[in-house]
Amino acid sequence: MADVAEITYREALNAAMCQEMDRDDSVFLLGEEVAEYDGAYKVSRGMLARYGDRRVVDSPISELGFAGLCVGAAMAGLRPICEFMTFNFSILALDQVVNSAAKMLYMTNGQVSVPIVFRGPTGAALQLSAQHSQACETYYVHAPGVKLATPATPADAKGLLAAAIRDDDPVAVMEGELLYNVRGEVPDEEYVIPLGVADVKRTGDDVSIVTHGKMVHVALQAARVLAREEIEAEVLDLRSLRPLDADAILETVAKTNRVVCLEEGWPFAGVGAQIVSLIQDEAFDDLDAPVLRVTQADVPMPYAKNLEQLAKPGVKAVVEACRKVLYVPNAAT
Amino acid sequence: MANGDGPAGDGGEPGAATRLHGFSRDELHGLLADMLLYRRFEEKAEEAYAIGKIGGFCHLHIGQEGLAAGAIKPLRADDLVVTAYREHTQAIAKGIDPRAVMAELYGRTGGCSGGRGGSMHLFDTAVGFYGGHGIVGAQIPLGAGLAWAIRYRGGDQICVCFMGDAAVNQGAFLESLNMSAVWKLPVVYVVENNGYGMGTAFSRVSATDVEARSGAYGIPAHTVDGQDALETYRFFERLAERVRRGAGPQFVNAVTYRFRGHSMSDPVSGTYRSKEEVESHVRGRDPIALLRDRLMEAALLTRKELEGIDADARAACDDAAAFADASPLPAPSTLYDHVYAEINPNGRLFLDGREGAPAGGRAGGGGRTPAGGGAKGGRRG
Repeated sequence: MADVAEITYREALNAAMCQEMDRDDSVFLLGEEVAEYDGAYKVSRGMLARYGDRRVVDSPISELGFAGLCVGAAMAGLRPICEFMTFNFSILALDQVVNSAAKMLYMTNGQVSVPIVFRGPTGAALQLSAQHSQACETYYVHAPGVKLATPATPADAKGLLAAAIRDDDPVAVMEGELLYNVRGEVPDEEYVIPLGVADVKRTGDDVSIVTHGKMVHVALQAARVLAREEIEAEVLDLRSLRPLDADAILETVAKTNRVVCLEEGWPFAGVGAQIVSLIQDEAFDDLDAPVLRVTQADVPMPYAKNLEQLAKPGVKAVVEACRKVLYVPNAAT
Repeated sequence: MANGDGPAGDGGEPGAATRLHGFSRDELHGLLADMLLYRRFEEKAEEAYAIGKIGGFCHLHIGQEGLAAGAIKPLRADDLVVTAYREHTQAIAKGIDPRAVMAELYGRTGGCSGGRGGSMHLFDTAVGFYGGHGIVGAQIPLGAGLAWAIRYRGGDQICVCFMGDAAVNQGAFLESLNMSAVWKLPVVYVVENNGYGMGTAFSRVSATDVEARSGAYGIPAHTVDGQDALETYRFFERLAERVRRGAGPQFVNAVTYRFRGHSMSDPVSGTYRSKEEVESHVRGRDPIALLRDRLMEAALLTRKELEGIDADARAACDDAAAFADASPLPAPSTLYDHVYAEINPNGRLFLDGREGAPAGGRAGGGGRTPAGGGAKGGRRG
């Protein structure tokens, strides 16, 4: 059995970057506060001391500019890790993500690949209000040419980030402020999890919760509540949204025949909408109930604590949705 | 070409010079031939557009050929060029075969981007030409990134990043200049200052002049007459060497003029610039005519030689158009090629479920599979 250590999600991301920077000089980390400050969320702690300022580089607050610079460096064959302090700020850089990184290989007929990683936290934390609390997955997966990984656990953080760095395409790795302190067992050795492989985080026969990223933990909590009612929920963690493990989705649908899609973002054209489309297209006859979605309320994130709680997709909403697809009355609780 | 190996300028008596601005007769003829090729190429493209051989947006460089030759020809083969969307002649100047450029405009497989890019997205990394970018100013951080990669690897190439004057009002420009200065990147930013962003005069929407824009970042600004190909060439030759030796980023305001409309659908003149203004530039500031006249005055070019050079240029463009016409359209089966460099063995990258999309998926499937199992139906009731 390989050695494992219990470390935080933050440390696991750090370990993945160091693992890849040790084996490939073309990998470098650039972003706001990543070097001298050790990272806004301390993900890059110690990396400046270890690799020097050639490879661990503080950028100005110029998201469009430094994202574009990293894309240009990737066009020349380097493998930049472009850190956004949060993906909220990367909206400023979307032109370089969507128009440059995503389309470059296609426009050049395969001449110019863009092996870049965009990483940082996505989604809401606590009372950060509207502009700092949004899930950015759909902005990225909407564009063919981009890949997206969303690790939920420390082990997945290490393995998926390593895979993202090695991948020859632009890969966004979306983390979460509320995940950085999560602890878990992570292999010490070189560790890579292939993109496109979902993971059943909990098995169950009665209903499937299909989710990703931070919401995996909400789903697991909901499953524990449901277990007290003798409802066994399966929690499928997609782990990457592009490539999407459609087989795993179809398998869990075939197993439980009832699905709740859970995501942190807004409902309109959301990730869940894509999953529902896939299920109705390819597993319609497996369904015993309409697929339900649990998302953020279709409003900008409010600041007030009580309203924020109402807006976020929480355990209660997931539990209720699961009961609903099972035709179990919610009034029972 | 060495510097200073001859009279620096055209002050010699007519008929007596053997060199002009240090250029030999052959070199001068070569430059004139390059520029005539660019002019005839663009005229050919204009003609092909008119008969529907070329579609979409098509931006001609006519009037600005002095810059394509003067700024790119002095570069080394391994130097990098990145630019915006008025770039046919720049692509040719950097070394892409006119046939491959024309075939790209035609959307054919023989094009330098396989017909996937078109007029605005010409690429050939083998000659250091990195496009061809359609969003105003977006190529500027890319240019900084190409220069970053050169510096990261300890190379001595430089990157030349072209833009139109309107691009200096984009945030990407300001951010890129700042980063280039902070990291002393080997990049030359060249503004092809033709005075207009599409149909809006630069001065109407700009608080300061082009040449003032780099000072805030401590980047040296230079102004060069882009209609004077010889001066432009000598200028870039010196500047490139300085940047190669570590002078850091440079900013060039290259003054020029666009003889045609912004794109094929736009009038040459009209509401935003007068016919007289355009005509005065065409008459007095045509970079090709200016060079031709100087060479003839210096007895370095005969009428017959000129006719020969021009005939060669026209023949090359006819040949490029014939090549493009004969080049096949991309096969429908290639629609999904080159979206991703790496088709991951697991999961689906394409969600449209169409025929032809690479399948992916663990069991070699992942394509559309009719749900044939039938509902288990009402397991809980």
